[in-house]
Amino acid sequence: MTMFRILTLALACAGFAPSAMAQNGPLRIEITEGVIEPLPFAVPDFIVENAGAYQYAQDVARVIAADLSGTGMFREIPASAFISNVTSFDSPVQYADWKAINAQALVTGAVSVGSDGRLTVKFRLYDVFSGAELGDGMQLGGTVGSWRRIAHKVADQVYSRITGEGGYFDSRVVYVAEKGAKNAREKRLAIMDYDGANVQYLTDSSSIVLAPRFSPTGDRVLYTSYVSGFPQIYLLDVATVGRTSLGEQPGTMTFAPRFAPNGQTVVYSLSAGGNTDLYSQNIGGVPTRLTNAPSIETAPSYSPDGSQIVFESDRSGSQQLYIMPSGGGEARRISFGEGRYGTPVWSPRGDYIAFTKQNAGRFHIGVMRTDGSEERLLTASFLDEGPTWSPNGRVIMFTRETQGESGAPSLYSVDISGRVLTKVKTDGIASDPAWSPLLK
Amino acid sequence: MNTGYYISGIGHGALIVWVLLGGLFWNERDDRPLEVSEVSIISGEQYAVLSTPVPVPEAAVEVPAPEAPAVEETPPPAPAPEPKPQAQPAPVPEPQPEPDPTPDTSKIEPLPQTQVVETAPETPAPPPAEPSSAPLPKANTPPKEKAAPRIAPKAAEAPAPDAKVDETVQEAATPDVAAAKPMPEQEASAPEEAATEIVTEAEKPAAADPAPPLAPSTSSRPKSRPAAPKPQVAAAEKPAEPAKPAVDPLADAVAAAVQEVVKTPAAATQPATAAKPTASSAPAGPPMTSGEKEGLRVAVQACWNVGSLSTDALGTTVVVTVSMTQDAKPEASSIKMTSFEGGSDAAARQAFEAARRAILRCGARGFNLPAEKYGEWQEIEMTFNPEKMRIK
Repeated sequence: MTMFRILTLALACAGFAPSAMAQNGPLRIEITEGVIEPLPFAVPDFIVENAGAYQYAQDVARVIAADLSGTGMFREIPASAFISNVTSFDSPVQYADWKAINAQALVTGAVSVGSDGRLTVKFRLYDVFSGAELGDGMQLGGTVGSWRRIAHKVADQVYSRITGEGGYFDSRVVYVAEKGAKNAREKRLAIMDYDGANVQYLTDSSSIVLAPRFSPTGDRVLYTSYVSGFPQIYLLDVATVGRTSLGEQPGTMTFAPRFAPNGQTVVYSLSAGGNTDLYSQNIGGVPTRLTNAPSIETAPSYSPDGSQIVFESDRSGSQQLYIMPSGGGEARRISFGEGRYGTPVWSPRGDYIAFTKQNAGRFHIGVMRTDGSEERLLTASFLDEGPTWSPNGRVIMFTRETQGESGAPSLYSVDISGRVLTKVKTDGIASDPAWSPLLK
Repeated sequence: MNTGYYISGIGHGALIVWVLLGGLFWNERDDRPLEVSEVSIISGEQYAVLSTPVPVPEAAVEVPAPEAPAVEETPPPAPAPEPKPQAQPAPVPEPQPEPDPTPDTSKIEPLPQTQVVETAPETPAPPPAEPSSAPLPKANTPPKEKAAPRIAPKAAEAPAPDAKVDETVQEAATPDVAAAKPMPEQEASAPEEAATEIVTEAEKPAAADPAPPLAPSTSSRPKSRPAAPKPQVAAAEKPAEPAKPAVDPLADAVAAAVQEVVKTPAAATQPATAAKPTASSAPAGPPMTSGEKEGLRVAVQACWNVGSLSTDALGTTVVVTVSMTQDAKPEASSIKMTSFEGGSDAAARQAFEAARRAILRCGARGFNLPAEKYGEWQEIEMTFNPEKMRIK
């Protein structure tokens, strides 16, 4: 009997020993579900290092906080909740005080204005719960008139260090500013900071303008104008507001232009004899025909490497999206869902294509992979159209028009998850936005 | 078929011989020194006094006095910065104790004066056809920002306006002076409003109706009364008594018996493992039950915020180790990433920082872990796998 018990015990040991010994190491758990919520952060007013910097210290901090909060990924903790204040840029951070109010990131900074009128802003970013600095401190300088850009650059740094993505705050948007009654709208090109500040008008409203598109360097804009009575493409120098035609082609209409990544080639639609096809052309050169079909081909957009073009076409009987080599050739259809697809735009990261979709009486802004998979509709309204990507490829701005006699377009932005949908502040009615690359 | 019997017979026979002759049990029992404990004889009255339940310390039922704020892990408290005029240029040279890593000002380097200048063009002259007095269209009213929904493993309705945001649901309670045992005042708490997945505007059910209704079709109903707090929650508020999650007692007993049997020979045959300095002093106790592990997992995931992670970081699984103090708080300096999978170094760093924030945030008040099993959770390895979060 005793032997039997020993044997049983031995077998039990032999059977259980491996699993039991595995528990001698650290306790192991796997976390597979978390939360998605804005990360709380604090930006105390920056330290004033000399008398001339007083106003800028507050304003810079406010712009940084607004940039971060506007992403929907961060939530600012108001100053009224602060336990301790930052009194010196170099003083140690009282982490316990910031932990107590659940500030997970802390941005401190200082501002000074030199005798030459130059503004200097320096900042540090802290991971409060880790009790350590995130990245090194940084200092930026510029004219006092560029204080907003400096603030945007700081916000870009903070955003980038926390998320690992590139920022998009130091960028601009060119759009069509509108005014007047709905049946007699006056339109002109305007440019503004991405957040709606610093609006400046690039054209007058004597003729209708459409579809402005930035060059890869952000210093030029292509757009379509009816100044000649027919739609023609023009190239506008942002710095001088000088305007040149892309090339007069009598008896034709040209529209929907977009730069190639090299900044020298332009792809656009040309309508002649009732047919619309795609053409590419070096600036100052001659056009090259890319498609030759009786259907309508328009809204071309280059891939970031310039090797392919996505465009819309009704060659299959309904408006769908296609991809073809940038030099022309066989096109491959990538959209197969219900409804009509249009205005595709390749993400600057190359991972997604944004598009407008019309289905069941509603318009949507959506994204799909470049092979057409993983289609996801992000918005839905009476009329959403014309997506444009942020420089980091994570946010899309578009036009939303409301219904009815008093309906008017305005600009909205949505992140590619569809979680954060916000209206963009503009100085009046606005449509047809195009996002610039990050400013240099 | 006979071959199988032979192999089985030889194997079992060898095992029996090894057990009997190898001295696995007998030698160890024979060699083990007898442990002698000093005892004293007490009377029945003395035993009764000793076995009387110790009254709960009064402080546990009294309204807790306001506790001092949590002390920073780093040793010396920071001297409060003296109020100084803000424009004072020179830093105070006096060396001060530094509660936290002092910012390294030497690393501040001026940017290669990136001339941050306005490159905007001059505003073109207004066209003559456009009268300057023409009123501009009324500027849009500032957009009303709507907070993005919080995404969490469990859906939760918006808490009452006066309720504190917490992971547990707790009804408000006021002291009842008429009660025999006055209860401490409790603040109502409820989890923050959350959905289980991101629902885009296009995916909302209302999107199916192209014409938005002008008035609600149904009247809103009052919310149901919050459920009474579970006993485990109440027990968790008493730090002296760690809450015991509901578990299968039979399974625990079996696991404990197996652990008891296995640990001794394992320790004897693996002296290197057993020589771990802290493990010997830590109470081992029975193994962690699945309920206790689940409780820890739920606690950590409540603070694992992946909303600010890049897409690359969301594709990276990181394995993080952490040492725990006996009061179930993580040691910040011990949190390390041991490995990662699926992303670049930069993405892994972002993912690790999010994981570290989760451990430190939710462990700041101590995790709900059984103290008698400290040896089991003294070292914890957590794998943060964001795969499910990518498709939210």
